[in-house]
Amino acid sequence: MRFFSDVAALARKDLLIELRAKETVPAMLLFVLSALTIFHFAVPAGASAKISIGLLWTAIVFTALLGLTRAFVPEREQGVFDALVLAPSDRSAIWAAKALSVLAFLGLAELVALPAFGLFFSGVGWHGVAAFALADIGICAVGTLTGAMAVAGRARELILPLLFLPLAIPVVAAGVGASIAGGGKYLAFLALYDAVFALLSWGAFEYVVAQT
Amino acid sequence: MVRATKVTKRFGDKRVLNRVDAEVEAGGFLLVTGPNGSGKTTLLRVLAGLDAPTSGQVLLPDRATIGYLGHEPHVYRELTPLENLHLFGRLYRVPERAERIGMLLERFGLWDVRDQRVQTFSRGMRQRLGLCRVLLHSPTLAVLDEPFNALDEAGAALLDATLDVIAPVSAVVLATHDPGRVERLATQRLAFA
Repeated sequence: MRFFSDVAALARKDLLIELRAKETVPAMLLFVLSALTIFHFAVPAGASAKISIGLLWTAIVFTALLGLTRAFVPEREQGVFDALVLAPSDRSAIWAAKALSVLAFLGLAELVALPAFGLFFSGVGWHGVAAFALADIGICAVGTLTGAMAVAGRARELILPLLFLPLAIPVVAAGVGASIAGGGKYLAFLALYDAVFALLSWGAFEYVVAQT
Repeated sequence: MVRATKVTKRFGDKRVLNRVDAEVEAGGFLLVTGPNGSGKTTLLRVLAGLDAPTSGQVLLPDRATIGYLGHEPHVYRELTPLENLHLFGRLYRVPERAERIGMLLERFGLWDVRDQRVQTFSRGMRQRLGLCRVLLHSPTLAVLDEPFNALDEAGAALLDATLDVIAPVSAVVLATHDPGRVERLATQRLAFA
């Protein structure tokens, strides 16, 4: 129970900070809409739906990366990470709360991006929506861990994409597969990815914090 | 309470701490002095459990009992003092949190600005709030790195009075460029060259 109450308190803090600072979500929205607009003009009319779906997934992964890059900025700027790490709560609560807040930001970006994609290209089916929902969980779980790894480094803006993007490849592959071909096997793979990487990230966070 | 034995800390090729010994018991006050870059901050981070030594041993108390103030106040700029202290009070399971927070904000002269965002504060006000955060859970080991920085005379006097109260019952490790200010409390001294 203490773990969940700590996660709730920390996630509430992240949402409150974003509500006041309005830095991350507007940037993510602007980025994903700009990317889709560019793709709209760059892809020839009548191009295959497979191409446009691939571009949508690319835009979403980089939008998530933008959110992840900002995730630990409030902690880094005022040295708050030290105070959080010293608190007697389970340190993985920091990871869980941050992953939840990035998940909320990414979900908001997708609420705008998917209808915009439907406007520019074609609608995303229910399999696609389910794939995005499952992919978001995996992206935020693993992305928050890599974000915490990068936060202590000097070249953090460089390190985060280098750590995160290779780990996001299976998510994109399965997500595109689910969006185009439908079928439960891709969604099952995404659910398995979520479970495995959420557990790994949860377990590894304490070690990552100790090393940074 | 806290004991460092032959602690060495390296950052790459640079050796910042070289076989340093330090031990502070409850009621002890370790005064750490030295010029910039001599290793004071690194030692304090090791003694707070924030950095691991490259070699040597550090025995620390439970981290719930440690209060650490570094060069930053370690509070969120977008939150108010009340929101910051309630967050850390929850994480530290501070009993009777609201009363404790109110008392600290009153003591450090921040009660009237309790609902203003920290980003509107001066450096000195943020430092006062950082001290409130450190004292919130009544730490038995207080590790304070240049705590007088940015404080005006009134703020420094408040910190003096607070140290007078906590020093006899807690272990305190304090680094400063102005040792005269706390010389009266020091039971041990560690001077870096």
